[in-house]
Amino acid sequence: MGQITLQNVTKSFGDVEVIPPLDLDIQDGEFTVFVGPSGCGKSTLLRLIAGLEDITSGHISIDGNDATDIPPAKRGLAMVFQSYALYPHMSVRKNIAFPMRMAKMDQAEQDRRIEQAAAALNLTDYLDRRPGQLSGGQRQRVAIGRAIVREPAAFLFDEPLSNLDAALRVGMRLEISELHKRLATTMIYVTHDQVEAMTMADKIVVLRAGHIEQVGSPLELYRNPRNTFVAGFIGSPKMNLIEGEEAGRNGAHTLGIRPEHIDVSATDGHWQGKVGVAEHLGSDTFFHIHETGLAETITVRAPGEVNFRHGDTIYMTPRSEQLHRFGADGLRMA
Amino acid sequence: MATKASRSAARVMMAPAVVLLLGWMLVPLIMTLWFSFRTYLPLRGGDQGWTGFDNYVRFVTSSSFWPAISTTLILLIGVLAITIILGVLLAILLDQPMWGQGVVRILVIAPFFVMPTVSALVWKNIFMDPTNGLLAHLWRFFGAESVSWLSDVPMLSLIMIVSWQWLPFATLILLTAIQSLDGEQMEAAEMDGASVLSRFFYIALPHLSRAITIVILIQTIFLLAIFAEIFVTTGGAFGTRTLSYLIFQRVLESQNVGLGSAGGVYAIILANIVAIFLMRIVGKNLD
Repeated sequence: MGQITLQNVTKSFGDVEVIPPLDLDIQDGEFTVFVGPSGCGKSTLLRLIAGLEDITSGHISIDGNDATDIPPAKRGLAMVFQSYALYPHMSVRKNIAFPMRMAKMDQAEQDRRIEQAAAALNLTDYLDRRPGQLSGGQRQRVAIGRAIVREPAAFLFDEPLSNLDAALRVGMRLEISELHKRLATTMIYVTHDQVEAMTMADKIVVLRAGHIEQVGSPLELYRNPRNTFVAGFIGSPKMNLIEGEEAGRNGAHTLGIRPEHIDVSATDGHWQGKVGVAEHLGSDTFFHIHETGLAETITVRAPGEVNFRHGDTIYMTPRSEQLHRFGADGLRMA
Repeated sequence: MATKASRSAARVMMAPAVVLLLGWMLVPLIMTLWFSFRTYLPLRGGDQGWTGFDNYVRFVTSSSFWPAISTTLILLIGVLAITIILGVLLAILLDQPMWGQGVVRILVIAPFFVMPTVSALVWKNIFMDPTNGLLAHLWRFFGAESVSWLSDVPMLSLIMIVSWQWLPFATLILLTAIQSLDGEQMEAAEMDGASVLSRFFYIALPHLSRAITIVILIQTIFLLAIFAEIFVTTGGAFGTRTLSYLIFQRVLESQNVGLGSAGGVYAIILANIVAIFLMRIVGKNLD
């Protein structure tokens, strides 16, 4: 079980309010990702749930029980830290055993759980090594192992992949998703990387300056961003946001169109511009187009290899059904 | 330091320092060795030639030798225990955020800057004087008989004085070590259900072990050579004669340079044995 509810939770450091009143429901077994730019309060929110920071006001309940004043160890949550926070003087086995040892668990049961976790995480050969002798990915797995053996109500991940190189990150992303499917335990995952959020989450919580901007499944957020912030944050490359005359013609203050929803042509189209930098990824080509009279740069994604050179004139046609219209307040217009 | 020329230039430039340091060490060492094999009584006939190992045998068989060794060890272990236990506690205390942190830290370090002779005199005359000392006043305030610290409990007094001098050093080294402890590790242990005491014993203390070893190593080397504190306070009386003080007495009070030098060679051997042990421990602790 691992249902977590936040009611009117606030957090202030001195006079600075980091988290204004906030409500959030996390269902049992859900993979929830907190995503937002750095300094948006997502890590603070996670630490509030973990109990490592005291909340200023409001209530946190876990599985229906008020956990607001319960110390972190008693909340039944396990956390994986950005720096892994392994105990450097203990072997991998002792690191994984530490929470069970603190709980004075039966030795046979400890050994059983360690073997199980080590097998699941490919750590069996490394149990007697020290963390210092392991690679980044292995350390990450030890940290996860230390969390698993507690059989917690929920796992909390605080940017766990940001210290890994790109290739390893993709691998660990899959492993964590796989782990979630297997354990079916609630997981809360903090990241600033929207790709991680999109690929892993059941539910994404987009945060800005402590406010929840939108909560929803990855595709909901992609299809129906509630405001310009979410529109710009979710999706890669970023959505083009066009203001002014062209937006007015479409009856909006800001017009949003994703790069993948614009068709390009060398001869005719709705909009016209000059090709700037072209990024060839093989499967796709991203064009940065200038002098359109719409915005400083319009990014367009063309499938496959398309031949335009720097400085060429290019014509673009947005797919009208994929246009997003936002009002002057930044909110999506119905 | 890549090319041949720069390497030989480096050697040439280092040479004066190396030669100076080597001479600084070798000249006294060789002179000590030389005198230890001779009968040399400056006021009773001067240098009277070779005696072989007579001085070495006499130094060890003297009735003051083993008491001096045990006094040295008691002093060493007492001071190490006090400075490390209090040092760890103080370091943890000073690591807590508090008002006036900078000033407090400087005050804690201050005793280390006081010359040994001065601090021993201050302790002897201001604190431990049986009639006018602060401690005597304190004892009388509570209606107790004042203690003649330096004659009744001379070793305890000496250990207190020396600990007071070395505690700042231990605290300083341990404080820097504790500051390098990763905060997330402590939080992880907290999440893992470790109590404050468990966090101290399982996380903080192992983290400090290397710093503690270094403190033990450095302090041992200096504590084996403690002299001023004994000279100023008890003058070696009341069973406070350590090995280094015994050597001093043999050379200057008994005017027997040969015998004292033999003691000096023993002290060198003892210090090296300790150093080898400690280096092994340090070596084990360094990854």
